Amino acid sequence: KFQPGYLCLKLWGDHGQDTLENAHVCLINATATGTEILKNLVLPGIGAFTIVDGHTVTGEDNRAQAATELLQELNSHVSGNFVEESPEKLLDNNPDFFHRFTIVIAVQLPESTSLRLGSVLWSASIPFLVCKTYGLIGYMRLVVQEHTVIESHPDSALEDLRLDKPFAEFKNHLQSFDLESMNKKDHSHTPWIIIIAKYLEKWLSEHNYKPPQNYKEKEAFRQLIRDGIRKNENGVPEDEENFEEAIKNVNTALNQTKIPSAVEELFNSEQCNNINSESSSFWVMLRAVKDFVHSEGNRDLPVRGTIPDMIADSQKFINLQNVYRTKAMQDAAAVSTHVQRLLQSLGKVCKNASFLRVVRCRSLAEEYGVDSVNKDEITSCMDNPDSEMVFYLILRGVERFYQQHSRYPGVYNYQVEDDISKLKLCVNSVMQEYNLNVNIKDDYVHEFCRFGASEPHTVAAFIGGSAAQEAIKIISHQFVPFNNTFIYNAMLQTSATLQL
Amino acid sequence: MADAELPEKKRRRIEDLTEKMAVDGGYDWDGRWNHVRKFLERPGPFAHPDFEPCTESLQFLLEMCKILVIGAGGLGCELLKNLALSGFRLIHVVDMDTIDISNLNRQFLFRPKDVGRPKAEVAADFINNRIPGCKVVPHYKKIQDFDESFYRQFHIIVCGLDSIIARRWMNGMLISLLSYEDGVLDPSSIIPLIDGGTEGFKGNSRVILPGMTACIDCTLELYPPQINFPMCTIASMPRLPEHCIEYARILLWPKEKPFGETSLDGDNPEHIQWVFKKSIERAAEFHITGVTYRLTQGVVKRIIPAVASTNAVIAAACSLEVFKIASSAYIPLNNYLVFNDVDGLYTYTFEAERKENCSACSQVPQNLQFPPSAKLQEVLEYLMENASLQMKSPAITTTLEGKNKTLYLQSVKSIEERTKPNLCKTLTELGLSDGQELAVADVTTPQTVLFKLNFTT
Repeated sequence: KFQPGYLCLKLWGDHGQDTLENAHVCLINATATGTEILKNLVLPGIGAFTIVDGHTVTGEDNRAQAATELLQELNSHVSGNFVEESPEKLLDNNPDFFHRFTIVIAVQLPESTSLRLGSVLWSASIPFLVCKTYGLIGYMRLVVQEHTVIESHPDSALEDLRLDKPFAEFKNHLQSFDLESMNKKDHSHTPWIIIIAKYLEKWLSEHNYKPPQNYKEKEAFRQLIRDGIRKNENGVPEDEENFEEAIKNVNTALNQTKIPSAVEELFNSEQCNNINSESSSFWVMLRAVKDFVHSEGNRDLPVRGTIPDMIADSQKFINLQNVYRTKAMQDAAAVSTHVQRLLQSLGKVCKNASFLRVVRCRSLAEEYGVDSVNKDEITSCMDNPDSEMVFYLILRGVERFYQQHSRYPGVYNYQVEDDISKLKLCVNSVMQEYNLNVNIKDDYVHEFCRFGASEPHTVAAFIGGSAAQEAIKIISHQFVPFNNTFIYNAMLQTSATLQL
Repeated sequence: MADAELPEKKRRRIEDLTEKMAVDGGYDWDGRWNHVRKFLERPGPFAHPDFEPCTESLQFLLEMCKILVIGAGGLGCELLKNLALSGFRLIHVVDMDTIDISNLNRQFLFRPKDVGRPKAEVAADFINNRIPGCKVVPHYKKIQDFDESFYRQFHIIVCGLDSIIARRWMNGMLISLLSYEDGVLDPSSIIPLIDGGTEGFKGNSRVILPGMTACIDCTLELYPPQINFPMCTIASMPRLPEHCIEYARILLWPKEKPFGETSLDGDNPEHIQWVFKKSIERAAEFHITGVTYRLTQGVVKRIIPAVASTNAVIAAACSLEVFKIASSAYIPLNNYLVFNDVDGLYTYTFEAERKENCSACSQVPQNLQFPPSAKLQEVLEYLMENASLQMKSPAITTTLEGKNKTLYLQSVKSIEERTKPNLCKTLTELGLSDGQELAVADVTTPQTVLFKLNFTT
């Protein structure tokens, strides 16, 4: 029997909304950053949230309660709850408390608590998003063992036209066209896909069945098409926009149909090859696609079924579109028989077969472990001492400072000057522990003392928006989340994503 | 959830809090502005060279610094909140719209009971009630309803608009405020303009110092004109559901006038329903699938889906720049930030360059090169289609024999009818000569743009 993996099955817009409405988000610490994150989740309509916060506002009001009331106002359909307890206490007494959540988002947590909570959530396979606003630096760390993305919605995707390997139904459809004998109107309203396919047939028969290989040959192929443009009685070429489209699209049309390397990697992974009763639906579906590839698919993914818009008369366009759509449905049915016992809605997965992604983040334990720290990433970034990596390193130093002095550096004016050297010592001790030989400019250490552990609202709002969107990606399994550390430098308005 | 109870309870809680925290009858309880003070009262290695840490800076922010926020929608609500929480109190907000129910899932200063009321007023009320001491002044108006005397009073202007035309107008207004002495720009006449824009998962934030750095028109090519489907496709050869909807919108609505003389209103469900029905019929004729109510509304309103988080991020970046400029605590963004979180999170920061011959800010006379036999129609089309000009409905006037003559003007029906025949006349037929100055007015700019006609052979 298979895990429902209900998040994986919800694929499109309305379905994305369903996953949001079924989600229960945990926010730890209702600070400016925390409430901003939650506001951006409550507005689009997550099902429920629970704030965990042991701090009080004015001695009487618990911060968690005050924040919950404010946020509840924003959307009456969202169910808001609060727990007036520190996360440390919960970890001590009832760590299973966190198992009920879709995602846990923690803000301004001390290092030790992050690590403890990180370990609990890692074992329970619950995504964990750690955020921090520290002066003019924003920080986010995503911790998720294995996150599947069914809809990566890539900004620019190649079409799936199969012109290099035309399927039978397409070849049949092609035969119904005879460019030479068409009348003027039909000739200038034939879709460019047909035009290229026809001329490709011609080329192949004249070139030993080898398609145009290099620039010279592609140019010759374009010329072949250009020569096909009808001429008027004076020998002047007519205005046939569909032929112009064909010529423009030769390059992409001649692209080899192949399985993206990201998907090949998924096919070769452990989870895909060892399907068992614990496998999630994502892996089952993926395995079905792989089995299709090795049988009905003839080593190719199921046909996507969409074609771009192009100059054509309505009938020719719709007919051609239907050829692709019908083939896509056939392929989807074939994949479906591979998982007949299990899942529905496979047509949608097929449309996105090449857009499937898996994101795996390293655990916090791995990031912090002396033997597993990602030294290469750190040292190579720090080749440029002004890289955003330096802010990550100083944040680590700041946490060391907190452990040693039970306070953060530079909170009061009189502390700023003296804390600079103290913070520098802490940063260096962290570097030494990891055997890292990097140059950390004094100016940055100074600036961190100047920050005085403040949480300016503008930076909190920036992280609030960013974190909320990443949380929505995790919840809905649409769009690719960052992996795994995001640093925002508000001083210069730059940012970087690091893999730690 | 007792909805009626909550607002009352919240109001009483705010009152209690305010009472407890008030110091000497003022609004600022102990520690209220600590997070802001740290940047105003402490020196630092990355501060602006002009920065001098002092306790008076906070007073300037709280009591004297005047900010204008343009737009009280998705970006505007976020901007007002961020600015108020950063210590700004003298804030004006301009917005010509009223609240629609579809706004409520992003524009968080508004509640269901506010639907129909002006955005600027509701936003101002909300902020003033929730953030003690803040005095937001609303203006339920168009930006074009104000003149220089209004805009001159502000230290910084920040825009959260969804219209390029409005942005360009604002840009032009601030450029018109600049004063030059012997060709040298007087820095005290510069009002910084912070501009933010979002579209789905993408957004940008930029800092403009009019007269000094790239203005909106300098980088007009970054805003490509909207793509419209060709008419022949819509009229006779539809292929996509969108073509069918455009057919109903552009051709059927004016012909059938289903609701009398009223123009199609994307926010009116009855109108959308009508377009939807007609689109389905059209689609059925051509065996096209995919027309839905939602798609119909999207096409009619040219809706680009809005995402709450992008507005939050861009407004945050913009508010931060306002703070940096007002306080000199840091060197401001120089000068353009692009943000995209479709795949991970991506930002790109660069310095947009001024255009040497920018029609808005360069003071370089604009040239129009045309043969004397060219028709006025060609000049009109050039003004509209040229990527650096992108005018919407330019009105062209000139001086002939000492008298002001309107060559063509679209926005007033009687004048349009009178001047329409000029479009078919050549430039020489109209009495224009080489070197003639043409003054062009358009919605994209508050001031007329002067062009010099250069005859080509």
